Amino acid sequence: MRVIKIQGSDDTPKVILDADNNTFEISGRSLPEDVVAFYDPILEWLDEYAQNPLEKTVFNFKLEYFNTASSKLLLDVLLKLEDMYDAGHDVLVKWHYPDDDEDMEEAGEEYADIVEVPFEQVSYSID
Amino acid sequence: MAGINKKESLDFVYDFYVKMKRNKINLAYEGEITHQITKAFTSLTETNMVREEDASSVQKKVFHVMVECLQNISKHAEVTPGSTDKKVGRGIFMVSKGDTEYNVTTGNVVLNEKVERLTEMLENINSQDKDGLNKLYKKQMREGHISEKGGAGLGFIDIARKTGEKLIYSFLKIDDLTSFFVLTSTISRIKE
Repeated sequence: MRVIKIQGSDDTPKVILDADNNTFEISGRSLPEDVVAFYDPILEWLDEYAQNPLEKTVFNFKLEYFNTASSKLLLDVLLKLEDMYDAGHDVLVKWHYPDDDEDMEEAGEEYADIVEVPFEQVSYSID
Repeated sequence: MAGINKKESLDFVYDFYVKMKRNKINLAYEGEITHQITKAFTSLTETNMVREEDASSVQKKVFHVMVECLQNISKHAEVTPGSTDKKVGRGIFMVSKGDTEYNVTTGNVVLNEKVERLTEMLENINSQDKDGLNKLYKKQMREGHISEKGGAGLGFIDIARKTGEKLIYSFLKIDDLTSFFVLTSTISRIKE
């Protein structure tokens, strides 16, 4: 399957969707000028991947910052993962947050509350 | 500059400077709010906050509020008639820094017909406590859609819950068609 690899910038996250190397990651900052245009290819990729996923999919979110428009699109990504889980596939979401960032931790809790998918909160230290 | 009294214009600059100092305004802008402007202002303010050694939680909140406020203008402000550019919202944007708080203020033109709905929305947000705001945010995230303008209808709710302060706003009537919408968000500099 094709690979999506997007370098992060000061307003768009780094994205790696690589089934062959078992890497699924969205990290960094997300406040794109056009959120839909940025996330649409990611959602399409997930639709395609869901048809024949790996035995286990571990999806990592490691965001420093995202704006409210992105929060809606991140939910859409998580809902795709929920669909896969509902279809009987093994899925785990890992939500990484800096250990001093309460807002990012709460954002993870909020998503875990909304989507019915195994969800793990992972804190990390920046230093 | 024909027709403008130069002395008056110079006095205005000084007056403006004094007023900015007095109100501790460290950023003031009027014009089109593009994505580039949003990025420039947020990164400028970030640099200043690092220098001031504000707590990282404070820095993040200010950054967050600035982005949402600027994107509100760029997406929702009425474009002034005669503007040659495609739909880029314009307005006024200010950041002031006191000893205990940051204030982010925006002002932009809105149609009078939108004032009632906006007021309802802002009053609803101001009537909620933190739990209520979280519920409202979740509901809107689940049920809302990204509008044509690229907004998710979440900005005001998120500003209120991140700052823990009420949104201070007012609508000043310009004419029969439009009003000027002013919004101030306050971020405490005192670490919780």
